[in-house]
Amino acid sequence: MSRTDGLDKPCFVKIKDANRDELFASGLEYNPPARGMWNIVHSGMLLPGAHEIFACAQGCLRGVILTAAEMLELDRLSWISVSESDMFDGTLESDIVDGVCEIIEKLDKKPPVILLYLSCIHLFVGVDFEAIISELSQKHPEITFVDCYMTPTMRQTVSPVAKMSSQLYCALKPLPLKDKVVGIVGNDRATDEDSELVKIIRSAGCELRDITLCKTFEEYLTLAECSLNISYIPTGFLAGEDLEHRLGANHLHLPARYSYEGIKDNYKRLCDELGIDMPDFSHDEAAAEKSLLKAKEIIGDTPIAIDFTAVTRPFELAWLLCEHGFNVKHIIADSAAGEEDSFDKLCAHDPEIKIWYAVNVNMLEMPEQDHEHILAVGQKAAYYFATDSFVNIIVNGGYYGFSGIAKIADLMIDAYNTPKDRREVLRLKGMGCASCLV
Amino acid sequence: MKNVSKIIPCYAADTSGVCSALYELGGLTVVHDASGCNSTYSTHDEPRWYDVRSKIYISAMTELDMVLGNDEKFISDVVSAAHDQEPEFISICGSPMPMMTGFDYDAVAYEIGQRSGIKTIPLHTNGTRSYIEGASEAFVEIIKAYAEETEKTKNGVNVLGLTPLDFPLGADRDIKKWLDENGFKCICTLAMGCTVDDVRKMAGAALNLVVSHSGLAAAEYMKEQFGIPYVCGVPFGKGFSKKLADHMISVITDSDSFSPFVLPCDGFPDADTIIIGESITSGSLAAALWSDMKITAKPLCTLPSHRFFTRHSAEDIYAEEDIEAYLKETAPKTVIADPLYKYILPKETKLITLPHFAFSGRCFAKDMHSLINREIKEYFK
Repeated sequence: MSRTDGLDKPCFVKIKDANRDELFASGLEYNPPARGMWNIVHSGMLLPGAHEIFACAQGCLRGVILTAAEMLELDRLSWISVSESDMFDGTLESDIVDGVCEIIEKLDKKPPVILLYLSCIHLFVGVDFEAIISELSQKHPEITFVDCYMTPTMRQTVSPVAKMSSQLYCALKPLPLKDKVVGIVGNDRATDEDSELVKIIRSAGCELRDITLCKTFEEYLTLAECSLNISYIPTGFLAGEDLEHRLGANHLHLPARYSYEGIKDNYKRLCDELGIDMPDFSHDEAAAEKSLLKAKEIIGDTPIAIDFTAVTRPFELAWLLCEHGFNVKHIIADSAAGEEDSFDKLCAHDPEIKIWYAVNVNMLEMPEQDHEHILAVGQKAAYYFATDSFVNIIVNGGYYGFSGIAKIADLMIDAYNTPKDRREVLRLKGMGCASCLV
Repeated sequence: MKNVSKIIPCYAADTSGVCSALYELGGLTVVHDASGCNSTYSTHDEPRWYDVRSKIYISAMTELDMVLGNDEKFISDVVSAAHDQEPEFISICGSPMPMMTGFDYDAVAYEIGQRSGIKTIPLHTNGTRSYIEGASEAFVEIIKAYAEETEKTKNGVNVLGLTPLDFPLGADRDIKKWLDENGFKCICTLAMGCTVDDVRKMAGAALNLVVSHSGLAAAEYMKEQFGIPYVCGVPFGKGFSKKLADHMISVITDSDSFSPFVLPCDGFPDADTIIIGESITSGSLAAALWSDMKITAKPLCTLPSHRFFTRHSAEDIYAEEDIEAYLKETAPKTVIADPLYKYILPKETKLITLPHFAFSGRCFAKDMHSLINREIKEYFK
């Protein structure tokens, strides 16, 4: 796009001009080719032994089937296509039950769990999902059926990713809770073992359980023994709440933070919950500080762009970097919810910082525009600013706390020193999953 | 059940067919669907997405928009994007949710056209049909919108039905080169490597060459509207390419001899090689295998197709269970098909892989080869 003036819906706003509570008006959306984020198929595959069955229209099926194919898990996904007449001929529920039963008969081995996904149109016509699950459970009592939702039209009620993160634990059956067993829930990747979060849990003599570490279905079932579940990404909150409601495990939401005070506040809450004294984190804080200063020394005033897929609090990370002298010039985010304080600080610090709307139609030709050399944190920032110098992480990369800050600083140094093959990296779906494209 | 699949994928849907057909023509194409659903097309059905910019967007509809029938949001968002993006034309199509609410594409397109002052084309997809239906309608409508009566070009040929869903990137160049070598003048390769200006000149052709079923409806429209005859076939291999070119010349020089099909591209009834895929490409490959290697093969069309190409196989073989049963019953020695058909082949059957983007998407894209006007013996030995 060569034209930037006079646009009906500009793709960026300077932070000084932004409405903090609604950064951008909605409109048509563009889809940038940065594929690292996970979808509900990737998440479902975290449940060992589970078989996914999608019932939806051909257009919706295509993406989920090929997600499974690309991650070399095609044999764990089956489907039932839905036509217009299926919606009105009174066989909506029975067709799904019959289709699932037929698939089960054809499978070489009966899975312990079937994740059954229905779509927007099913919910729109008021499908009786409960009756479907009930009938299937009667026909196949040896299999646990979990209702799952591919309902992107309902994303403003509950996002499909958050809902999936929650449903992933629905196959757990109540077990006696164990005091010294703690779970981390709602993530698509394991939490870094070097993080203070993991160290606190272990130092309290607790065993840590996480679906991302489960190798077998039996191992998965023991997640029900957790007496405390911790979530720390926004889409994991629902999972923690649901487990508290269903299985009685306490839920502690400790959002991943990029402020020292916020991190310490999280640790205080965790230690109180575990009944242990708050350890001294001054060494960890100093290590984070040292890494940031080292990164600043190497990266200097290179402009930085941060996107919301890399970290769950892009404004907070931006403020942390600005506090340490980094030249943060761009943030790609569609909302500043929960980060109002960092937003205000950034606005006072540098009112010229630009906030970009990742899906705005006028982002289409942004990669072809002239850009100064940018160091990007996140795939979308790398794509839009056409830079090979980027930190390739999604959803905080499994990092957390002071050690997380130190590691992201190290990754920034690495990104600065060692350019990546942007095209090859961005095309791979579901970062961390196997891929037939490699 | 016909709508159940244990393992093999479904083909790209009608919305992807529309987007693929219109990708290079400079329009603004809007799929009425939820946020994020455009990633299916842009990731799995469109190999040009990273390198070639196209104004293809999604409406990001929400539950509330649907329940309340908020068509105004769609209309104003499209008009806004058109104001910013200044497209050559606008096209709108949709997914299952608008189908459920009875979204009126014609009325909405009219309204958008009135407000934006830009030609707006309604395309009636619903996300439940194959890419062939979507691309077919898109090709017909873009011709209706832009093709103008013009002076005839001697030996002028349009190529219809060319999309990356059925052909590897670069196929347009290969076909143009072959046409050139055989004394034809290529007017438009709808729609890879062509522009709206090329579409404007299409009525000047002496012949339409239909290279996939997606182009057949457009060819029939142009025959009726402009009197241009058509021939179905893809110039695969050497022998069949020559035969196809000869047939095209004979149709141009003597329109009474008009026949859209070049035998034996419907294959051989007793063949022990089966080619699974889109009808015209599969049929042409069967003809090429006979011409160049004396291999007898027959197509198994698992997509909408002309009956001509399915005379030697059962009708309506689309479902996984039907394909599997047919292969079990016929027990072919060899199957030529996309690699993901491997899961349902009889054990004794040899698979020669021929990746089909509309089926396996990016999975085997690096192994896609153009067979146009080339020696095919090495590939199929």
